[in-house]
Amino acid sequence: MKSRATNFLLILPGAAWLGVFLLLPCSLVLAYAFMTRGVYGGVVPTFSLDNFVRVFDAVYIEIFLTSARIALLAALVSLVIGYPAAYAISRLPGTWQLPALFFVILPFWSNYLIRTYAWIVLLNRTGVINEGLRGLGIIDAPLDILYTESAIVVGLVYNYLPFVILSVFSSIQRLNPEVLEASEDLGAAPWRTFLRVTLPLTMPGVVAGGVFVFVLSIGNFITPNLLGGGQVKMVGNVIYDQFTSARDWPFGAALSLSLIAIMMVLLVIQTTLSHRIRKIEKVEA
Amino acid sequence: MSTTPVIQMKDIVLNYGALTVLHGISVDFNEGEFFALLGPSGCGKTSLLRIMAGFADPTSGQMLLDGKDLIGIPARRRPVNMMFQSYALFPHLSVEQNVRYGLEMARLPADEIRQRVGAILETTHLTDYARRKPNQLSGGQRQRVALARALVMRPRVLLLDEPLGALDKKLREVMQLELKRLQHEMGITFIIVTHDQEEALVMADRIALMRAGQIEQIGTPAELYEMPVSRFVADFVGKTNFFEGVASGGKVSVAGLGELTSTLPASGAVAYSIRPERICVAPAKNDAFENCFQGVIEEVAYHGQDQHILVRLAGQTEPTIARVGAQQPGTRDIGVGAPVWLGWNGADARVLTR
Repeated sequence: MKSRATNFLLILPGAAWLGVFLLLPCSLVLAYAFMTRGVYGGVVPTFSLDNFVRVFDAVYIEIFLTSARIALLAALVSLVIGYPAAYAISRLPGTWQLPALFFVILPFWSNYLIRTYAWIVLLNRTGVINEGLRGLGIIDAPLDILYTESAIVVGLVYNYLPFVILSVFSSIQRLNPEVLEASEDLGAAPWRTFLRVTLPLTMPGVVAGGVFVFVLSIGNFITPNLLGGGQVKMVGNVIYDQFTSARDWPFGAALSLSLIAIMMVLLVIQTTLSHRIRKIEKVEA
Repeated sequence: MSTTPVIQMKDIVLNYGALTVLHGISVDFNEGEFFALLGPSGCGKTSLLRIMAGFADPTSGQMLLDGKDLIGIPARRRPVNMMFQSYALFPHLSVEQNVRYGLEMARLPADEIRQRVGAILETTHLTDYARRKPNQLSGGQRQRVALARALVMRPRVLLLDEPLGALDKKLREVMQLELKRLQHEMGITFIIVTHDQEEALVMADRIALMRAGQIEQIGTPAELYEMPVSRFVADFVGKTNFFEGVASGGKVSVAGLGELTSTLPASGAVAYSIRPERICVAPAKNDAFENCFQGVIEEVAYHGQDQHILVRLAGQTEPTIARVGAQQPGTRDIGVGAPVWLGWNGADARVLTR
């Protein structure tokens, strides 16, 4: 088979890239997680499950739960803001949709770090938001927004919102407009059409966008580092600490593996769900 | 069938920007009739249907339902339901949930919903499929779900947008009769949009043939077929032969061929139309026909129950088609290249000035 040989050649660079830069480091992390920390910080190849036992220590469970709570909040807020935006864009005349989507992804063109620093300027005690609210007479004393969980959620939502908008938008685009008209024709007011038809049929986009934000947020360490200012710790920060200041690579690896496991489970659920809905949708004659 | 109008349209105009889709349509749809809006794609028939459903507002004109103004009333408040070309079934709901959707929206009592859904599933032979999702149904079953979902609402008027377009030929013929049966049983006015003239002829009580945003002719299938008012109607509904000529009195003189007789007086440039089945094919001249012309057989197309014989008459650019029953004696010997005589009577011809 000629095409099979061609396929192999085409897939080779990508496979090699993934092998060297993804599989290899992952295998290393996997191996380290079952080893022991050396006295001076190195990795001693002695098999041990202690690292995983430590993951279940109350301190770390607490950190996992905090991370999950922040990530979940970020995902929900992104959906609440992103769904109406995606819906509005899908309702624009055809020629306006592309420019609108372009503006949605425009922030991606600047550096993640710089965008996050910008939020420090906006959120701090003498920042634009506090000064603005004070100027309007809404508050007397500046609000402590920076270096709280809220600040982290704001940063995460800001950075990952485009993913939600894009995935919900593509879901809405797939809707057969006649199905929405049929609902109206059968007597449904717009909000009932939305709840009974639009929302259920766009669930794949909602779930994909939500899981995406959750997965990217729960392991994030730059945003909690900058906007949490060390006051709020997420798993990403703890892992970072283990590989740097704490010099406990095996434990850092065990934490990383646990995080990867959580993400994998979520992604599998999301894929299965959207696959099932896509199958149902295939009714076009 | 009564002639009380259910929906009356007067001078309906529809513009999309600079484009005029409908140029002043006036038509009455009567109580209990099966009405077909027929026409080629782009003639505005679907736009007219969508105006009745409430998905588009006319630029100007009047539209009444049971004598009351319908314009401005949203689609969901109109006692009119639509069966969509794509069927537009809710893919995430079962057959039963699809059918009960509209009744739930109307907030009817649970008992009544159950009873009405059960009855319509029975009528449309869907009872055994009630729990299936649309993707587990065949094309014909999906079509019946779409029909049941609209009929269960007991609308004053059911609008059907190319309802049989997605079905294969065999199933289409079955469903044509099925639609007629349902319409008859439920006594609901059906307005169907179709581009298939055969479908319109078989199903409809009356047909409006549309062309470029205007109604060309309204009438019963027989009226459209037997008494077309224009070349367009004669050509679109069934097959016909045209001879371009000049009429004076009861005669039409055609260049290269001679004079053709008709019973319709006209004058000036006309098209003389004679249907293929009105033409008799014979090896010798038959003086029983008023119009007899000799020609040469160019092609014989076998259609099973009959055959179409294409004959080249003197001075004509297009061959003349005659339809001859395959079982008719003597037709076995008909072969390409053979000289034959075509004969017909003037009373069977139409003289069209448009």
